[in-house]
Amino acid sequence: MAINLKEMSKEQDLIAPGHRLCAGCAETIVVRQVLHAVGSPVVVASPTGCLEVASTPYPYTSWRVPWIHNAFENVSSTLAGIETMYRSLVKQGKIEDKGIKFVAFAGDGATYDIGLQFLSGAIERGHKFLYVCLNNEGYMNTGIQRSSATPMGTWTTTSPVGAVIPGKRENRKDVTAIIAAHDIPYVAQAAPHAWRDLMTKAQKAIAADGPSFINVLIPCQRGWRFPPEETIVLSKLAADTCIWPLYEVVDGEWKLNYRPSPKKPIIDWLQSQGRFQHLLTPQNEHVVDALQQEVDRQWSRLLERCKAPS
Amino acid sequence: MGNSPTTARRPKKARLMQGNLAIAEGALAAGLGFFASYPITPANEIAIFLSRALPKRGAIFIQMEDEIASLAAVIGASVGGLKAATATSGPGFSLMQEHIGYAAAVEIPCVIIDVQRAGPSTGRPGSPAQGDVMQARWGTHGDHPIIVLCPGSVQEAYELTIHAFNLSEQYRTPVILLADEVLARMWERVELPLAQVEVLGRLHPEVPPEWYFPYDDALGDVPPLVPFGQGYRYHLTGLFHDKSGFPTERLDEIDTWQQRLFGKIEGKVEQIARIEEEEMEDAEIAIIAYGSTARSARHAMKLAREENRAVGLLRLVTLWPFHDKAIERVASSVKRIIVAEMNRGQILLEVERVAKGRADVVGVNRADGAMVTPAQIMAALEVEG
Repeated sequence: MAINLKEMSKEQDLIAPGHRLCAGCAETIVVRQVLHAVGSPVVVASPTGCLEVASTPYPYTSWRVPWIHNAFENVSSTLAGIETMYRSLVKQGKIEDKGIKFVAFAGDGATYDIGLQFLSGAIERGHKFLYVCLNNEGYMNTGIQRSSATPMGTWTTTSPVGAVIPGKRENRKDVTAIIAAHDIPYVAQAAPHAWRDLMTKAQKAIAADGPSFINVLIPCQRGWRFPPEETIVLSKLAADTCIWPLYEVVDGEWKLNYRPSPKKPIIDWLQSQGRFQHLLTPQNEHVVDALQQEVDRQWSRLLERCKAPS
Repeated sequence: MGNSPTTARRPKKARLMQGNLAIAEGALAAGLGFFASYPITPANEIAIFLSRALPKRGAIFIQMEDEIASLAAVIGASVGGLKAATATSGPGFSLMQEHIGYAAAVEIPCVIIDVQRAGPSTGRPGSPAQGDVMQARWGTHGDHPIIVLCPGSVQEAYELTIHAFNLSEQYRTPVILLADEVLARMWERVELPLAQVEVLGRLHPEVPPEWYFPYDDALGDVPPLVPFGQGYRYHLTGLFHDKSGFPTERLDEIDTWQQRLFGKIEGKVEQIARIEEEEMEDAEIAIIAYGSTARSARHAMKLAREENRAVGLLRLVTLWPFHDKAIERVASSVKRIIVAEMNRGQILLEVERVAKGRADVVGVNRADGAMVTPAQIMAALEVEG
């Protein structure tokens, strides 16, 4: 099932324009691409977050598909209920099997923090849905607070920068690997600049026989402090510095999808955004070094897992 | 309020301040040593402010992965001896209910700030409500005592936050500060005392470790809770427990524990519960209100007084324990009571229960996320009883 842009351009977007996401936000770019790859009929669920708030300001909606928001923590459980209901009714012969697909779009707060146990439970039970994490590395909807997806050294409103503390002190958690450890059929990391890679992954994910998960980096101009026209540039820079590698785990097999040449230093990434400006001073050089070491360590581990030459 | 003259003996500094920041400043003044919370509108400013202020004092700010974890961490920090608090709004307050029950039953001092927004569920995150009044009283399972305070101005948000910490230590109980979106996000002139305010610390037992029991009524109605790590070894559990803290199924021991648990708060309503009366001396109609709704009520009362109508205001500063005697007095002295609140009649039920038909009780209610207006309250003055 190749990605055919010409054919896709004739299809209707399943999320309509006129939503209230910020200029330069990558969320609807990714939602459009994923839903084109998944296709109709599809049911979408979103937890509390930027996408939920900005795609459904009363009395409007941008969703051209059945859509449900429940609360912050429970999109996986809500979708699990819908998916199970559908499977059960089909099995009982009460409704026709139309091949309905189920997709969750959730932020990193809802995925990494408050909703992690719900997601873990749902994929352990094997519900057949695609869960897309729109990861902008913070609670941007409530005012740029840190999340456990926020990288070490980052300024946020609750990991403030002062004379002593240089922003967030903890490394982010690797949720993609945590989900992969559940041994579900399909797990991937993607980014909006690599649109063909992202859409191919969405196709593979929705075709998988069981739960699937794609973690997509979402450059956020408000929270990361960069000009809104640079969203896609930053997306590519994240892959080129290896702070956001593109890979997939298919039935337990790790596969690298993109190898930058040359691999750019993390300082390029830090210089591109206001949230890291405090790190560009001599006193915080050690933080930059620690970040580079962490990126290198994780990159080496990923190459090992992917059995790629180091 | 706010009219007391500045004197050299008690210097004060006038500032323009937001309600959420006044709560955060109040917590600092009370000696806050630990704050854990999760992002939520309209309480975010408290955490954002404290994430900067606490580390500068060597105190602790932690952003947790959700509100369940937030209150659990607060309970842990309090057992460790720190004054601990969390702040949230309706959806997060719902998630905290299990731990509120734990803190009440295990008798852990802590302060829970709930900036109410319109609900249920996600509701209207940026709009005010007072729909959590009964949840603050009864949200967790099982009978339990609770103290709930409700500020009516930014100045009072500061003062009541300090008072909340004091009460939590004095009565070894969770205390809920029930603010609302309007109160928390409006900016108002405040006068913060520059001198040290009265702050109560953790009570300490006079007995040595080998004689100490954390629930021993021989140590008083409120046995001191010694922080972990100070040589006093004891057991904490949410199971019904005897004086040592160990689980018990013995009804006589459970009875002793419950008598003390409820008695320490419900037996001291007069000492704990605060109300404020304005123009009540000759009032024939009383408006009962609390929080930001009391401001609409005060305005309605003034408009009515301009028309020479005998209308007074009774503002509830403490919602729980409920001040039955104050309401009884009012119900015996006026013809009509108007209860104005941003919910569908939660305190109204309490007023009706206490009034027992002695006065005509009328509710002025809305739960749509908009404030009760003075005009709405004025209209209720016209209703024939």
